[in-house]
Amino acid sequence: MSFDVDVVLQRGEARIAARFSTPPGITVLFGPSGVGKSSILGMVAGLLRPDAGHIRVGGRTLFGDDRDLPPERRRAGYVFQDARLFPHMRVDANLRFGMRDGHQEWDDIVDLLGVRPLLSRWPRSLSGGEAKRVAIGRAILSGAEFLLMDEPLSSLDGARAEEIMGLVERIGGQRGLPILYVTHDRQEARRLATSIVEISRAN
Amino acid sequence: MTGAVWDVVLLSLKVGLAAILVTLPVAFGLAWLLARGRFRGKVLLDGLVHLPLVLPPVVTGWLLLLAFAPAGPVGRVLNDLMGVSVLFRWTGAAIAAGVMALPLMVRAIRLSLESVDRRLEQAARTLGASPARTFRTITLPLSLPGILAGSVLGFARALGEFGATITFVSNIPGETRTLPLAIYTALQVPGAEDAVFRLALIAIALSLGALILSELIARRAGRGLHVL
Repeated sequence: MSFDVDVVLQRGEARIAARFSTPPGITVLFGPSGVGKSSILGMVAGLLRPDAGHIRVGGRTLFGDDRDLPPERRRAGYVFQDARLFPHMRVDANLRFGMRDGHQEWDDIVDLLGVRPLLSRWPRSLSGGEAKRVAIGRAILSGAEFLLMDEPLSSLDGARAEEIMGLVERIGGQRGLPILYVTHDRQEARRLATSIVEISRAN
Repeated sequence: MTGAVWDVVLLSLKVGLAAILVTLPVAFGLAWLLARGRFRGKVLLDGLVHLPLVLPPVVTGWLLLLAFAPAGPVGRVLNDLMGVSVLFRWTGAAIAAGVMALPLMVRAIRLSLESVDRRLEQAARTLGASPARTFRTITLPLSLPGILAGSVLGFARALGEFGATITFVSNIPGETRTLPLAIYTALQVPGAEDAVFRLALIAIALSLGALILSELIARRAGRGLHVL
């Protein structure tokens, strides 16, 4: 089992609740915008604290049972919707930010994501697709044990989106990293998902 | 420049520099509290920090005098612990200048801390960085231009300090007679218009230079702060 999540969070008027436990592979959180999909990723990453429940990934408890690991100890590779590259560091330094000493996979991952030509560039000079690839690389290279991806195809045109989708499939398939993937696009969900969790607005 | 004028300029630079170095950590701490803290009495603290900006400088100087006098709360501690007094000393002038520069520095540093995108700090945490490392590698470098700009601005303010200084540590040649005090003194002497003119020109040049430098640093920072 890869993701075992049961959380409740009250945010102002809105109540976000989710319960799912999914097998290894790509778990797609699917639903309209504004239902709290990103909040669920935030809770798994440790950036938001659920009011109650538990979060386990690959059998490891991140939250619950009197445990609440800080984000830096969760080993989540969070690919944010807005990339969030560090503007004062070149691509190379961004990729290495979370790396532990001598990550043997540097070359593999840099080539897989095709970011080698970008290494000496500044984030502000990258296109949306390039930034997204760097963000994915940075997340994987941090020694992540699973990936959280928040609408990684948003703001990309068709060809770029196709390219990133192929990458996600390869990362989930070949590398066997569990991925929790947020989207509001049904086709994207169908194509990528090992399992789909549909989040809807409660009435 | 004659020797006497040169001495005044050097003393002013020394006082201004010391003022900034002592005030900077305090200003940073206060700016951090105001930018990031959530506590009761924040408005009051904000007000207190800004007080030297609006209070008559003579009042600030008088309060410093009360605090640092041999029987005052701070003066007694300094005397007991280190056997020193800052009264009528250049160190006292630096304290007066530092207090007057504090609000400007806190404002600049606070603004730059507030402009740091908290989401970048979150990203750093998810990548395995502790809060301390996140501060060192993300928050501090991104707010550094604001800290520098604030320091230069504070330095310019410190150079111009007059009222609090003369009230607190008096007007002693070679010790507390900084540029503004020297100009004031020269104005009291018939026939010293040349000296006043020279000192005033230096004051204008230093102040303008500091303001332009501060602005350039801030602008440069503006370019670096693009977040995807």
